[in-house]
Amino acid sequence: MKAQLTKGNEAIVKAAVLAGARAYYGYPITPASEIAEAAALYFPQAGGVFLQAESEVGAVNMLYGAASAGVRCMSASSGPGISLMQEGLSYLAGAELPCVVADIMRGGPGLGNINPEQGDYNQLVKGGGHGNYKTLVLAPSSAQEMADLTAWAFDLADEFRNPVAVLADGYVGQMMEPVRFADPIPVAPPPDWAVTGTAESRKNLITSLFLLADEAERHVRHLESKYKEAERKYTRAECWRTDDAEIVLVGYGIVGRILKAAVELGRSRGMALGLLRPITLYPFPTVQVREVGKRVKAVVVVELSTGQLVDDVRLALNGSVPIELYSRVGGNVPSAEEVLGFIQRTFMQSREEALIHG
Amino acid sequence: MASYTVTHEKAECLYEIYERKPELKHQTHYCPGCGHGIALKLLARAIDEAGIRDRTIMVSPVGCSVFLYYYFDVGNVQVSHGRAPAVGTGLSRSLPESIVISYQGDGDLAAIGTAEILHAANRGESMMVVFVNNGIYGMTGGQMAPTTPLGKKSTTTPFGRNEWTDGPPVRMSEILNALDAPVFIERVGLGDNKQIMQAGKAFRRALDIQVKRQGFSFLEVLSPCPTIWKLDPVDAQRFIREDMAKTFPIGNLRDRTKDALSRPAPKPAPPIAELPRILELTDDTPEEPVATPSKPLDLRLRIAGFGGQGVLMLGEVLAEAGLEAGYNVSWLPSYGPEMRSGTSNCHVRICSDPVDSPLVSNPSVLIAMNEPSLRKFLPSVEPGGMVIYNGETEPPEDCRRPDVRFITAHFTALADSLGSSKATNIVMLGALLEAEDLIEEKYVASALRGKVKSQRWLNIDFAAIERGREIACPV
Ligand SMILES: Cc1ncc(C[n+]2csc(CCOP(=O)(O)OP(=O)(O)O)c2C)c(N)n1
Ligand code: SF4
Repeated sequence: MKAQLTKGNEAIVKAAVLAGARAYYGYPITPASEIAEAAALYFPQAGGVFLQAESEVGAVNMLYGAASAGVRCMSASSGPGISLMQEGLSYLAGAELPCVVADIMRGGPGLGNINPEQGDYNQLVKGGGHGNYKTLVLAPSSAQEMADLTAWAFDLADEFRNPVAVLADGYVGQMMEPVRFADPIPVAPPPDWAVTGTAESRKNLITSLFLLADEAERHVRHLESKYKEAERKYTRAECWRTDDAEIVLVGYGIVGRILKAAVELGRSRGMALGLLRPITLYPFPTVQVREVGKRVKAVVVVELSTGQLVDDVRLALNGSVPIELYSRVGGNVPSAEEVLGFIQRTFMQSREEALIHG
Repeated sequence: MASYTVTHEKAECLYEIYERKPELKHQTHYCPGCGHGIALKLLARAIDEAGIRDRTIMVSPVGCSVFLYYYFDVGNVQVSHGRAPAVGTGLSRSLPESIVISYQGDGDLAAIGTAEILHAANRGESMMVVFVNNGIYGMTGGQMAPTTPLGKKSTTTPFGRNEWTDGPPVRMSEILNALDAPVFIERVGLGDNKQIMQAGKAFRRALDIQVKRQGFSFLEVLSPCPTIWKLDPVDAQRFIREDMAKTFPIGNLRDRTKDALSRPAPKPAPPIAELPRILELTDDTPEEPVATPSKPLDLRLRIAGFGGQGVLMLGEVLAEAGLEAGYNVSWLPSYGPEMRSGTSNCHVRICSDPVDSPLVSNPSVLIAMNEPSLRKFLPSVEPGGMVIYNGETEPPEDCRRPDVRFITAHFTALADSLGSSKATNIVMLGALLEAEDLIEEKYVASALRGKVKSQRWLNIDFAAIERGREIACPV
């Protein structure tokens, strides 16, 4: 299919339908509402279900039902709605049910505002709901990735029988870029664990309840082993001009795009900058961060939150490299110039010779 | 008691052996005299009689009935506290052939799950809901339920339920009866054999609605909880008859089975090959090879104006034209409160190299459709850049920059003279195309054709481009 100018939020829906998703349950919220609106248009025409739920609590539990039935299903929301879904995400993970949830982040806490922010990092990457579980989290930075990572999210969700979040911000959701969509794939028959109201599936049980201590530990260890496997198999990051970089900038989503411009601008001024953009936030690209960390003099984390991503970078580097944080919030998105200004203020005054080529 | 003999017959759809505790193979986990045990058997019999065991999916709640799946040899889904109707919705919408039954206690359904039950009922979901009202939280050890009768003591109403502080009991059947969609609503009791026989019939009727696919059926069951009420089973049944039934009158509130239509079968899914068309990913224009850009370009454009001036549309047309001309493009709108306050702006990039950041903080071109936009964005225009400004007069003294090229005209008046001030954005587009050697006009025309469906408007737009070109053309 030829590339089409597509809004990030719409790319999610189209990619989901092409990837075989046939149930969408959601509740409107800016800046994610276009996802529900596009789903309302396309899912029923594709032979799927669209329902505007009474709340995000309702929506995430409808996903629980659809996923139990073995249907590829999804929802989308923004911070306040994701908070409400956390109970359900814990149950989905506990009951080993696959689903995809997009979070188009806005400002917080509380009602915050609807500007782009990245304050939901912790609530999705670190779990958010109760118990020992993880949500797999993918972070697109372009409309094309909104499509590609959504399709991948469905595969990961099925492979690990676990919720997968597509974590984007208001900008990535609202912007339009050319997108080349994959060919449609047929809907797979329900997996053999699904409860489908048939004689063959009658003995199946979906539950997150394990009353006995040993049984519960076995279950939690099983979940844990899945997460370990995901950590081994599927960490992804984009490394851009890191080979000869002395300072590497780390940021995801829209920030990754700005940092790329900052790298180019910096290089044009003789600064040896590179970019590492995490694409999987959980599992975190620890290996890639460490690898890059071996070669550089410093790492600068830039995020639209007050220091959430930086914690994972710190854990990955474990004190081996100095780390600086540049953070903007509330909907203020730094320009490439602004990031360079920070780098200059932080490093250049004291270490000018070391860091500027020529 | 005779009725107990009846309800102890093992139904087909119940497991032969309950595996929950090896030492209690044939016993449920319910306390002696518990209404859950009776309700379970009435439901099992109804499933048997309808012959739907294989098609049934039981949604079990959090509460004393959490373990339904140990007993029912049907498809089982165990869910979180109060959300069974939402889960049931997700199941039944995707599995129209299945029979979905949610079974919930009064804390589950009438307290934490009120939103879910109300809306599932209001949507007329294809499911049967069994609502076991025992007036108390059994599982957690006897706290007040929304259905606890006034004056009744519980662990959280040590002085008795107080109308002023706790509110009176919630009557769910009556509440749901205020909605249009439910097909069947009935309240039954398990207070004596006669009531149990009545209840058995109601279970069958409520289930029959599911077999016929008529919609939502709701069965409230007043159910004894001798353990928490601290009554023996016989007194507990008397409490149902004499106390509970006063607050919660037994009887049918609604039965529309005669008039209710069966739901139409869902439309068959389209063939997979149809999906690109459904998703509007195919266009009718003949597939042309992607153009190779005629020259290197790095356009960083900011367009700003009032909402309704076509700011975003102009950006889209440019991005689309750039894409058709073979460039990399991005379009990023302002959204939300900014739009509501009546202003609007967007960032557009059209470049030969991949677009790094879609944000344009230092535009090479600013299209300012009004004075406030000029004021706001002029300082950010890069030195040597260009401003196309829609103003009745030259920009005010404090909105000028010697290092920036200005094209100022009253574009709105020009558009007006062409037939509509709505074409202001397109006149400005014409000026841009003339002033900067950007994209071949055929791509712009094609992008416009894609966006503007009416021929009348297209004519105006094409005239607008011409008019704009004349303005920017150095005489
Ligand atoms: C979110 C949440 N809050 C509280 C609980 C604890 N809890 C379990 S069952 C229950 C109430 C059960 O009462 P009811 O629904 O009336 O069922 P019964 O046990 O009486 O049959 C509560 C509060 C929970 N499991 N989840
Ligand atoms: S506590 Fe009450 S509701 Fe729960 S099993 Fe015992 S009698 Fe039944």
